[in-house]
Formats: sequence, C-alpha cells, structure tokens
Amino acid sequence: MFKYFEPNKIFSVTSKAPKYILALFIIVLSIGLTEALIFSPEDYKQSHSVRIMYVHVPAAWISLGIFSSITFLSTIGYIFKIRNFFLISKSLAPSGFVFNIVALVTGSIWGKPTWGTWWAWDARITSMLILLLFYTMYLVAWRIYENNDKAFKITSIITIFGIINVPIIKYSVDWWNTLHQPASINLLSKSSIHTSMLFPLLIMTAAFTLFSLLIFLMKYNTELIKIKNKGLDRL
Amino acid sequence: MINEILFMNGYGLYVWSAFVFTLFSFVTLYTVIKIQYTREKRKFIAKFGTLNSERAAFAKSQSINKKILSNASNI
Repeated sequence: MFKYFEPNKIFSVTSKAPKYILALFIIVLSIGLTEALIFSPEDYKQSHSVRIMYVHVPAAWISLGIFSSITFLSTIGYIFKIRNFFLISKSLAPSGFVFNIVALVTGSIWGKPTWGTWWAWDARITSMLILLLFYTMYLVAWRIYENNDKAFKITSIITIFGIINVPIIKYSVDWWNTLHQPASINLLSKSSIHTSMLFPLLIMTAAFTLFSLLIFLMKYNTELIKIKNKGLDRL
Repeated sequence: MINEILFMNGYGLYVWSAFVFTLFSFVTLYTVIKIQYTREKRKFIAKFGTLNSERAAFAKSQSINKKILSNASNI
C-alpha cells in the first residue's frame, strides 16, 4: 500500500493541484466572508462581536487537527521507517502553526469586548499557547537537524509529548472553570448553535481547510525539489 | 446598511481587525511558501544546466526531474 505514497508518484499530482485548490479556496472564502460578515445574524448577548467566531473557531479546529495528523504520521513513519510520512508532516506544520497564531490572536481580540480583557491565563487559552510552543519546537527541530534520522527521532518525540496537550485543550472547558463556554457543536449529540450561524461557520472551516491543503501541497513540492537538488549534487 | 457593516454597533473595530489579521496571516504564509518554492525550483534548474550531457540524460530519466523541468515555466 505504501508504494502509492512514493514521492515520484505523488509529485505528478501535487505539482498540478495547487492552482485549482487556490481558485476553489478564493471562491469558498468569498462565500464564507459574505455569510460571516453580512448575512449571519448578530448574537442576542454578544451582538456583532460573535462574528469573530467565524475565523477563531475554524483556525483553532484546524491547528488541533493538523497537530494530531502530524503526530499520527510521525509515529507511523518512525515505527515503519517511512520517510515520506515525515515529509508530509513537515509540510503540514507551517499552516498548523499559523492557524494556531490566528486562533490565539483572534481569541484575544474577541476577549476584549466579551470578557473585558485581551488575555487571561485560563485553561483553554494557556493550553493553546502550549500547543504553539510545541509547533515552534517542531519547526525549529527541522531547521536545526535538516533531513536526517536525528530529525525524525526528535520531531517524533516532540509530537508525542505535544499530543498529550490536545485532549487537555478539548476538555479544558469541562474539566476546569474557564472563561470559555462549553462546546456548542457536538458530533455525537445535538448542537446548541443555530443553523444560521452554523452554516457560515462550516463554510469558513471549508475555506480554511482548503488553504491549509494549498500550503501543504506547495510546501511538499518545495521539499521534494529540495531533495532532488541534493540528488543532482551527488551525480 | 454600509454603516452597520462597518461599525457593527461599536464592535466593528474588533471584528474587522480579527478578519484583517487572519487574511494578512494567510497572504504572508502563502508568499513565504511561494518564495521558498520558486527559490528551490530556480536552484534545481540552474544545477541541471551545469550537468554534462551524460549526467543530464541520466537525471532526466527520472520522471520527477522531468516533471520539475517541464513545470519550469510555471514558476
């Protein structure tokens, strides 16, 4: 099965895909922004400040999803010695890192009109900041060790320690008394968010997912060409 | 209508700054990755140009190298 993940086979697809993904991203983002900023209703309690949710929540979801994927791929890659899984993980990290920053900054901007403060050391915010530190360590480790076995080992260890923080982020609002409200969207039970707000939220999530896919493909292609550059040096 | 979208009952500054920051982050990340991609591709093409005909033919026999060179105009 793993032969389908060989870079030579993947490159023919990944080199053509970004321009289509970029076009699709612009279309979906335009619809999402129109819905989020114009058509979605204001909240009875938070008024228009609720619109920040449409960038804050998808950014937080995707940064968590990317870190979980990186951990899964790094662990499997380390156990089965699949170098391409490390390349995929490395290419996913920049967008996860930026989404984490977006979640923290937009959360801070949302906090001021809602809680009256830009920052609070509550469990959810602090654990998201810790996730950002793990992303930073992961990216710095790749910078220091480049593409060798030590980088594979160290980045895997960072992600394994970092993944402990992910359920803490998810359940922090249930385990501790925090400023954040409990989750409004549940996959297994009925969501408490109204469909007029859920619709733009899902469109913005789709747009952000497309953007992370676009960045991933561009970064992955860059990494492949970097490897091929080293190959030409050895000829 | 326009005033409501801009000022949003006094929350406009917060809402717009959150959206502008997000889009600015996207543009910055896209630009950085694009620059890295273009730089690596240029480096590859320059290196390929320095190979002698025998090594160039060998390098070109690899499908991925051929793909990189064929996409050179898309930089």
